[in-house]
Amino acid sequence: MEKILEIDDLHVHFSTYGGTVQAVRGVNLYLNKGETLAIVGESGSGKSVTSNSIMQLIPSPSGKIVRGSIRFKGKDLVKTSKKEMRAIRGVDISMIFQDPMTALNPTLTVGDQLTEGLKQHTSVGSAEAKAKALEMLGLVGIANPESRLKQYPHQFSGGMRQRIVIAMALICEPDLLIADEPTTALDVTIQAQIMELFKEIQEKTGVSIILVTHDLGVVARVADRVAVMYGGKIIETGDKDDIFYHPQHPYTIGLLQSVPRLDMKEGILQPIDGTPPDLFAPPQGCPFTARCAHAMQVCANVHPVTSYLSESHQVECWLQDARAKRQPV
Amino acid sequence: MAIYLIRRFVIMIATIFVIATLTFILMHSIPGNPFTTQDRSTSEAVQENLNAHYHLDEPMIVQYGIWLKSLATFDFGPSIKQPTETVNDLLGRGFPISAELGMWTITIALISGITLGVLAALKHNGIIDYIAMTLAVLGISIPNFILATLLIQQLAVNLQLLPAATWSSPMHMIMPIIALATGPTAIIARLTRSSMLEVLTQDYIKTARAKGLSPAKIVIKHALRNALMPVVTILGTLVAAILTGTFVIERIFAIPGMGKYFVESINNRDYPVIMGTTVFYSAFLIFMLFLVDIVYSILDPRIKLHKKGGS
Repeated sequence: MEKILEIDDLHVHFSTYGGTVQAVRGVNLYLNKGETLAIVGESGSGKSVTSNSIMQLIPSPSGKIVRGSIRFKGKDLVKTSKKEMRAIRGVDISMIFQDPMTALNPTLTVGDQLTEGLKQHTSVGSAEAKAKALEMLGLVGIANPESRLKQYPHQFSGGMRQRIVIAMALICEPDLLIADEPTTALDVTIQAQIMELFKEIQEKTGVSIILVTHDLGVVARVADRVAVMYGGKIIETGDKDDIFYHPQHPYTIGLLQSVPRLDMKEGILQPIDGTPPDLFAPPQGCPFTARCAHAMQVCANVHPVTSYLSESHQVECWLQDARAKRQPV
Repeated sequence: MAIYLIRRFVIMIATIFVIATLTFILMHSIPGNPFTTQDRSTSEAVQENLNAHYHLDEPMIVQYGIWLKSLATFDFGPSIKQPTETVNDLLGRGFPISAELGMWTITIALISGITLGVLAALKHNGIIDYIAMTLAVLGISIPNFILATLLIQQLAVNLQLLPAATWSSPMHMIMPIIALATGPTAIIARLTRSSMLEVLTQDYIKTARAKGLSPAKIVIKHALRNALMPVVTILGTLVAAILTGTFVIERIFAIPGMGKYFVESINNRDYPVIMGTTVFYSAFLIFMLFLVDIVYSILDPRIKLHKKGGS
């Protein structure tokens, strides 16, 4: 399969008054054309920073990509100039943010906001842009698009706004859509609708999607592949089935156990004890060591090398290392 | 909208009525009358004649009635001190000059204040930011009459670049406008900067950037419009401040605007002029506040004028 995006050894640091935060510490990731990759992890694991890095939207000057490359269709986005990057944003790569209530400018009409990207990047006339906007609103399932174009964001509900944000992101027909927690701020019922919409759009347009989320339910519904992030690193990646049915990293297992399930035998959820590592001074070894029930001496001192469990499934955990002793089953 | 405008208009009339009444009461509670201050030489009979002529011998309630009638007909009668001129003449002569000074001041304050504020916000914690904010603190701290005298000393007396006073050519206008506009500029700059900084962190700015819009478009179209809300809000108060500022500045630069008549009329107990100018100023201010509300609703579509509490 053709790889549309390859991230190699990405390091992103933020300078703050308190010191340097190493938000992303060596992320390797790829995305095949037309697939949906979910990046999951808890707050502060670096998943949003990773996705913002792809767009080169790291808040500067505090944030900086210190190492690594992000190749999009063969072009390294880290080395791309600001001007070239502007031509890529919205056209080749689009992004959807978490909160649809604030992602739209309250003082501009929805129609204006929908078409301005198109007008910026192409030489379409107003009539054409409007026709395209109507088409997009139809695609994301908004009724009466004609009259809706003249309205302002506050005249729409949260779910509707997210649909508009999605329409806005897709209007230039991008190859890659990055959705940063697109359903977190929505009602559960709306969440399901929006995720269905993502699936539908992907079938219709063939767009590749990176879905950043901490909601494993969302992941199960739409993702093809999953990357689990922890402490600024990707600790496990695999096909959806690999992650959901054969999780290997203790953190992934913990994450899955902390989700309420209908078929759960015991009535108590299993949270992961402890707190995420301090990224001002990240641990030398595996960032999960302090919270891991299976931690060994090596875990605290050396970061695990990647173990390839199958063609799709990789994990960074000493337990899976070929050199680890296995208990006879 | 029409209902809102009508209601707003009724409130404006009521406000002016209250101001007119308060002015009347305050004016008459100042001891003395127009003829007790100077001209001691006038005889008893002349005094009585004068009082009768200006209805000053009538009971207060009758005088109040006459005053309301003159207000309703927009005819405040002749000035007592300068009987050859009516109050309307004075207003007609003074207001255009004051308005010219005021409008230039507010225009320049808005343009330079917003520009400074936006630049400071975009270069947050940079050298431009520090310079702009230092200037802003100076602008807020230095009273306009101090600035006015400093300007006269430096530009007119020492360097002889500009005429020191009066109001007859664009060159004459530079110093009064600078003196009057500095304070409001500083206020607007600080306000624009802080609200711009806030708006720039909003998600819709991130969305705009993610669309690949040019930085200029992001700032002007997406950020500035939202950042200007607080500026529009204080614009009403600012207009009031500039208005009162003109009293002092007009005196310092000997500008024959309304401020001159206003101050003189109080010193002279020139009842018709006091009432005329006060009501005129109030009406003007109320109208400005009304305009501000209209502008507000144009800038922010979430604000609906016809809803209750739209003001």
